[in-house]
Amino acid sequence: MRVNGDEKSLNGVYTLKDFLAREGYDITRIAVEKNGVIIPKTSFESETLDENDRLEIVTFVGGG
Amino acid sequence: MSGVVEMDELESLMASRHADGVHSRMKAGKVAVAGVGGLGSHIAVMLARMGVGELLLVDFDAVEPSNLNRQHYTINHLGSLKTEAMRSQLAEINPFIEIRTRDIKITAQNAAEVFAGYDIVVEAFDNPEAKAELIESLLSAGDTKIVAASGMAGFGSANMITTRRRLKNLYICGDLESEADLGLMAPRVMACAGHQANMVVRLLMGLEEV
Repeated sequence: MRVNGDEKSLNGVYTLKDFLAREGYDITRIAVEKNGVIIPKTSFESETLDENDRLEIVTFVGGG
Repeated sequence: MSGVVEMDELESLMASRHADGVHSRMKAGKVAVAGVGGLGSHIAVMLARMGVGELLLVDFDAVEPSNLNRQHYTINHLGSLKTEAMRSQLAEINPFIEIRTRDIKITAQNAAEVFAGYDIVVEAFDNPEAKAELIESLLSAGDTKIVAASGMAGFGSANMITTRRRLKNLYICGDLESEADLGLMAPRVMACAGHQANMVVRLLMGLEEV
């Protein structure tokens, strides 16, 4: 799987929610695109991943 | 000379230092600014100076003393709604553009309705959860282009602040890492606002690359 351009392995993780948790993302501060389509937070738990997927994960920090 | 002719002449003189072809593209533009605080107040001023034909300003806050170290407001604006304080300043900077305001807190539920009709939305919130929520809501709803910001706190090198294109319709300005606890101050916040405003100008000129 490609995540932000880098090779990543699922290693037994099946859902987007579990992948993001394993990688240490704070899901309240990110926006995620899978294969070019935005995945809303409400679908993280039901969204499954496979090794051919391409994820783009954008993280936001506070301040403005 | 009639008053109308004088006003037309004033508008054309005001844009006389614009590059060729820019004024008409700006005049036809409609841009929404989500949050008119540290980033959004400066972005709104820049887009007004550019002559962007219609600006929608969305915020629910009033101007506070702690805003004055970086936001485009003055002592006279303390206690006023930011949308109204900004509207009155923009009317003095460029009376030839239309300013709309909404005094409302943006949520996942109302974002699509508030920004309907705007192809370009500037994300200029302070709160990272609000940034993520707005971007997720608008990008899943349609073809809106979002010019967002992340990481402009502190006084690290201004050269770290860049414009990147991420996801299909998302541009992010900032250094992506300097969080608000480093302090939020005018120079870096305004550098980031400049990046966002220039990306909006590029989009209005038909350029999608950063």
